[in-house]
Amino acid sequence: MTTGQAQTDTELVTLTIDGREVQARKGELLIKVAQENGVYIPRFCWHERMEPVGMCRMCLVQVDGMRGFPPACTTPVAEGMVAHTDTEPVKKIQDGVLEFLLINHPLDCPVCDRGGECPLQDQTLAFGPGESRFTEEKRHFEKPIPLSGLVLLDRERCIQCGRCTRFAEEIAGDPLIDFGERSDRMQVVTFPDEPFSSYFSGNTVQICPVGALLSKPYRFKARPWDLSTSETTCTTCAVGCRGALQSSSNRLLRLLGVDLDAVNQGWLCDKGRYGYEWVHADERVLEPSVRVRNAMVDVSWPEALEAVANELQRAIELHGPSSVAVLGGARGSNEDAYAWVRLAKGVIGTDNVDAQLGDGLPADAVLGLPRAEIDDLDQAAAIVLLGPDLKEELPVLYLRVKQAAVSKKVPLLDLAPVDVGLTPYATAVSRTVPGEEGVAAERLVAAIGGRASGDAGIDAFAAAATGRSGPVVVVLGRGSVAQSAAPTMRAAAAFAALPNVRFLSALRRGNVHGALDLGLAPGFLPGRVTLDAGRGWFAPIWQTVPKERGLDAEGILRAAADGKVRVLVLLGADPVADFPDTDLARRAIDGAGYVVAVDAFLSESTRRADAFLPCTVWGEKAGTTTNLEGRVQRLGRKVSPEGTTMDDWRIAGELAVRLGNDFDLEFVDEVTDEIATVAPAHAGARSQLLRRSRDGVVLPVREHLHEIMVRTGDLNIMAEDGPAVSWDPIRVDAAEPSEEGDAAHEVDEARGEAERLEREAPAHHEWDRAANVGDAPGRDAYALRLVSGRELYDGGRITTCSPSLAPLRKDSALMVHPQDLARIGVEEGTQVRVTSSRATVTLPVRTHPSVPAGTARLPFTADGRGASELIDTTTMVTDLRVETIS
Amino acid sequence: MFTDDNRARARDIVAQYPRARSAIMPLAYLAQDQHGWLPPEAIPEIAEFCGVSAAEVQGTVSFYTMFKRRPCGRLVVSVCTNVTCLVVGGPEILEHLEVKYASDDDVTVEEVECLAACGNAPSMQVNYEFHERLTPEVAEAIVEDYKAGRLAARTVSGTPQ
Ligand code: SF4
Ligand code: SF4
Ligand code: FES
Ligand code: FES
Repeated sequence: MTTGQAQTDTELVTLTIDGREVQARKGELLIKVAQENGVYIPRFCWHERMEPVGMCRMCLVQVDGMRGFPPACTTPVAEGMVAHTDTEPVKKIQDGVLEFLLINHPLDCPVCDRGGECPLQDQTLAFGPGESRFTEEKRHFEKPIPLSGLVLLDRERCIQCGRCTRFAEEIAGDPLIDFGERSDRMQVVTFPDEPFSSYFSGNTVQICPVGALLSKPYRFKARPWDLSTSETTCTTCAVGCRGALQSSSNRLLRLLGVDLDAVNQGWLCDKGRYGYEWVHADERVLEPSVRVRNAMVDVSWPEALEAVANELQRAIELHGPSSVAVLGGARGSNEDAYAWVRLAKGVIGTDNVDAQLGDGLPADAVLGLPRAEIDDLDQAAAIVLLGPDLKEELPVLYLRVKQAAVSKKVPLLDLAPVDVGLTPYATAVSRTVPGEEGVAAERLVAAIGGRASGDAGIDAFAAAATGRSGPVVVVLGRGSVAQSAAPTMRAAAAFAALPNVRFLSALRRGNVHGALDLGLAPGFLPGRVTLDAGRGWFAPIWQTVPKERGLDAEGILRAAADGKVRVLVLLGADPVADFPDTDLARRAIDGAGYVVAVDAFLSESTRRADAFLPCTVWGEKAGTTTNLEGRVQRLGRKVSPEGTTMDDWRIAGELAVRLGNDFDLEFVDEVTDEIATVAPAHAGARSQLLRRSRDGVVLPVREHLHEIMVRTGDLNIMAEDGPAVSWDPIRVDAAEPSEEGDAAHEVDEARGEAERLEREAPAHHEWDRAANVGDAPGRDAYALRLVSGRELYDGGRITTCSPSLAPLRKDSALMVHPQDLARIGVEEGTQVRVTSSRATVTLPVRTHPSVPAGTARLPFTADGRGASELIDTTTMVTDLRVETIS
Repeated sequence: MFTDDNRARARDIVAQYPRARSAIMPLAYLAQDQHGWLPPEAIPEIAEFCGVSAAEVQGTVSFYTMFKRRPCGRLVVSVCTNVTCLVVGGPEILEHLEVKYASDDDVTVEEVECLAACGNAPSMQVNYEFHERLTPEVAEAIVEDYKAGRLAARTVSGTPQ
């Protein structure tokens, strides 16, 4: 059952709609059953993903034996029901409702973004009056007023369906808009000082049945019939929401959420929805360049590739393969990651490769822990949250956890170090001292085992979870990048002892899971196998395999700072901004012999590069991506690349040829297929299968074959005839798993491949939970322990290079508990001196009651002084001293 | 902002309801009684008491004309000009009072629809207290009685005091 449907059960009933007998699950809403059986009942307020309210009266029908005209959107079907949707009285009602709505509607379709895909236009044409009898003056409002930095409201066009206000409250949990005033002045309002600054505001524009809500970035940009559409996956974060990417004249103009039941259920966050703007940013680097006597000089691709290949060759010959290191790759496609792993490990022979920048979790754990799927949340026995603020870092996962906790009543335990977006929905909250997450986890294990844990919140949660079936889903991540991953890992080791436990790793970069799966981490090879286990399998396929385990990001940076890295490749990575210790990152870049940037933008890290190889980005390239569940989905290529940029995987291939190893990969599908043949976890995930499977493929393929839904149609946004559907859930039809028929051919092939690799290739890595982790050091009474996480609109490129998102960044301040502010003895907002074992910086300090006493919160890369100057990566936690400036 | 007394009362009011959001209107009346109108600053405070967003409180209070979102006099005189009152002189009363109190900060005269007192039309309310079978002179005398304290006025929310 999804949100927005009345209680249904599995019992089937038979009913008649317009004379035709149909079967449906008892309790299903009539409007939905009719639609599934080819009868479209017009509607405005009903949205399948939200609770029905019966507000607009557009869906009135006749049901034998029922008085009056019940709304089909609030009427559950029952055995023997006889419903009529096209009788004369029903048509008269539809006519009347539409005429009534149009009385106050400005009919300015030619200057309305919705014109051409407007449910009011379409339904008026299909069900409404040909002419209006209204000759009086219509109501007038000031044309669009901003509801937020991203959403505008044209009040004249609003038909008061309440979709937007209900979305804000029910789905997003940000009830910042509501109906105000009355009668013909009735309008959607915000409180004057409080804009509709929800991270999910763009969804209201997508579901508004008229052009009342408008996206600032899309306003007046195109007519919908001029847009061309490709299905794609958002790679702004690791949730991997499905989307429909639209362009016109080779410009990306809009991303709509596609309703993928298993992942985003139609919703997108605003960063994902509007983050396409950066693709066309002026700051994009479009030509390759190399450093000649301290200045960057544009060169041709062959020259640039030659120069880099020569440096690589020289480094390998003079200093050995491990003098080469590769950082990054978490923002590209799976094909990019694989090609770079093959270049680094299979050609050069270095294992000094890391897709994470010291801000994630050990690859060891991410690859080896039993994984949950997002959909498991709804059926979970309980959900435990130990990690960052999902609302800030993985927004649509936040929606899914919230839905599980609120609509499905799954007990939720919040173990984050400070209040997070999900805290209000948690069954129980337990705030532990940052660094001591392991203790909390051990308490939970005790409580679930029926022993008193000594923590009332944890006991209450365990009681709520008792007797529930389903897995325990742990959302696991770094609650703070100001501490090492060790406390999280100690907690993970404890959680792993829980019965039927599964993990969702809360790493944020778009394809970080894909990159790790494909071996962009020290000690691993493609397909979730360790270097040692996979050596024998990969050696004959590739030219070489590294001899020993290499360094992770921190190790690479330290080695570089010590002058031990001859060639450092930054694969879309900006360690100066993203590595928790900025100073080390800077020294590393300076200390590296030769820096190669494969990137789309100059950053503080890549500015110093000796060679800059500009790459294509999301929207410009095809391929696949893997989300945090391990779901592999396709990327849509909607515009042709700017300048002479090249796909990352192709750059790797070009360099390989110059190092004497021809990958022989011409097209991106060939890379996907090579992965499907050599990487054990990916065995069978061929491009053809990915093209045919509606929801992608979850890794390891062989364990998830039964979940594959074979698609039977294409994305349908602008219907050929009948109403446009971009305002209703956008779906792709799929055959039931049991009736795949000959479409199952690809699935069978995948099964064959998966079985072959299971026999021949090494086993997938499993995490050894006997990890030996020490305790966090005690904190002295005057210090504040630093907690640092990301905010959605941070200093990253997607925000800073998207004109619509850039102004949404907040400036940073150190947040402390009111009691601690009193102890420091300063006023709210005063500049204070903040000292860690690394550095001293000056920052404004503010209070927030959600920050526990003894803790200080500082956003990671906000505007202003960030936490990365203070964080000491050599210690497990970072403690701060805060003093007044005298 | 609520006075300390009213904060305590607000807490009591909220406690009377199974769901805090049900207290939006009583608290809006409380704030209106305290300030003599419902200033915008009161909205977020009510929202906090009721555990809702300011937009939700704004939506509710803007629906009802009895919440005065602009400053008004301490006496709100609501004169009916709907059909029954219209035939027996409601508009004249309205005009008379509007002219008379045009620059009197104590009195706010407003035109309203049927007050359901048509049986004794023409009718008006002063701070929601009914007065019926009026003439312009009688209406003025009544308002004067309130002004001089000869009649005890309710609050602008209609709460007896
Ligand atoms: S703005 Fe759009 S979605 Fe919101 S109530 Fe009006 S018509 Fe409905
Ligand atoms: S939640 Fe993540 S994947 Fe989904 S739209 Fe937002 S950024 Fe994109
Ligand atoms: S769709 Fe049923 S009443 Fe609006
Ligand atoms: S018409 Fe004036 S009270 Fe009814």
